[in-house]
Amino acid sequence: MSLVMREALLGFRRAPVLSALSVTTIAFALFVVGLFSLVALNLQAALDRVGERVEVVMYLRRGTPVEATMLAMDDIQRFPEVARVEFVTEEEALLRAREELTEFRDIFDEFHDNPLPASLQVHLLPEHRNATTVAVVADRLRGFRFAEDVRYGGDWVENLDRLRGIAGGVGLLVGLAFAMTAVIIIGTTIRMTVLQRNREIQIMRLVGATDGFIRLPFLLEGALKGALGGLAAVGLNYAALMAVSRVLADSRFFTLLEAGAIVLFGTALGFLASAVAVRRHLRRV
Amino acid sequence: MIRFSHVFKAYPRGTLALRDVTFHIAKGEFAFLVGHSGAGKSTVLRLIYGQDLPSEGEVKVSGFDTRRIPAREIPRLRRRLGIVFQDFGLLEHRTAEENVAFALEVTGARRSTIGPKVTRVLTQVGLAGKTSAYPPELSGGEQQRVAIARALVNDPFVLLADEPTGNLDERATRGIFQLLRDINASGTAVLMATHDLDLVRSVQYRSIELEHGAIVFDSAADGNGGP
Repeated sequence: MSLVMREALLGFRRAPVLSALSVTTIAFALFVVGLFSLVALNLQAALDRVGERVEVVMYLRRGTPVEATMLAMDDIQRFPEVARVEFVTEEEALLRAREELTEFRDIFDEFHDNPLPASLQVHLLPEHRNATTVAVVADRLRGFRFAEDVRYGGDWVENLDRLRGIAGGVGLLVGLAFAMTAVIIIGTTIRMTVLQRNREIQIMRLVGATDGFIRLPFLLEGALKGALGGLAAVGLNYAALMAVSRVLADSRFFTLLEAGAIVLFGTALGFLASAVAVRRHLRRV
Repeated sequence: MIRFSHVFKAYPRGTLALRDVTFHIAKGEFAFLVGHSGAGKSTVLRLIYGQDLPSEGEVKVSGFDTRRIPAREIPRLRRRLGIVFQDFGLLEHRTAEENVAFALEVTGARRSTIGPKVTRVLTQVGLAGKTSAYPPELSGGEQQRVAIARALVNDPFVLLADEPTGNLDERATRGIFQLLRDINASGTAVLMATHDLDLVRSVQYRSIELEHGAIVFDSAADGNGGP
């Protein structure tokens, strides 16, 4: 095993330029994939944040007793789609309106009676923040006797749904395309290394090396290059994110697990590309 | 040892490289394979070390039938042969010593046994003082000696040499040829392909002459050979 390790490392020392070139190629190929993943992840996060605003508001008839409201809240809380229910009293509603609609503050001040009704704001669980479920929940809320009106911004939720669908579909497609490109580039690069050592492979065979013995250092070398390329790609992605973070606040980087996945992906690609290249090559010589 | 029985070898484009070749090389024998380039000398050697398979007929090498040998057994066959080429076939970024050790390493030999064996064969070929030189730092004759040392280190029963002196000047040629004779004298069979007829005539060894893929002359006419 130590011999295999030594042979693999020797590959780097012997062809430093080509090795550096393949690591760089792998790094940039994975950098692009990573960059795209970052964009997709942040877009998803942004959409999720928008999704948090999906809520169903049930306006209560004036004079609804507090006890009835509390019982209704308990009921609604038990809906499987519901994350939490918030009771907004008439006074609170006015207070909020003053804060949020500053340009109308004067008008609010002129009211003698509070024109705003009390309401129950129903927040849904993340997986239920879509147009269909929202409509179902709204219908159910309309069933309460004291429901004056139920609103949820149907069009808006539908648009959000559509946006999510597009982002997901395009993300998957473009992501796959980028990953495929990376696979082809990495495969070609590794193949070059194998071809460069064609003579050596022939000599190894003639002195009685088994194919397994010949293959192993190449596989190890490929995996190592892939891992190095993956690490470099994560570094490049981080630098890229830092560069744009001044413009794009709140953008997030990969978690340790995701970064690890990129390195692992690079390692696997390096390994597989070498396996294919050497296999093809051994069949020919 | 090595036995060819009615061997034909056709290459994919239809050229017939060998036609009905039959001969036998006995244990410890020295034999020349002579003929013009393209006569089939290299093909004979390639069939012996399992690089090619016969199209018809039978090639037997030390108990291996190369037509029936499974691909994964070929490395084991090659470890029992020593192979030397005109272009030396050395790994340039390894020293003489490492080139020779390499042939042992691929067999999975124990590290402790490699050093002494390598030193022994390098001394045998007269390169005891140049063990840590890289191939480009050595003369052609010296490089061929390294290649021969590598071929010997696994104690082969036969040394196959394909034009081993083809790239060498006269002086180096004589040196290498003498080395091959010494190796033969110590019991290893040698099968040497060459078109250097002066060399062949200078000694009384068996010679097998090929022309257009067929044997046209064998000095051991009974096929069992011996000088």
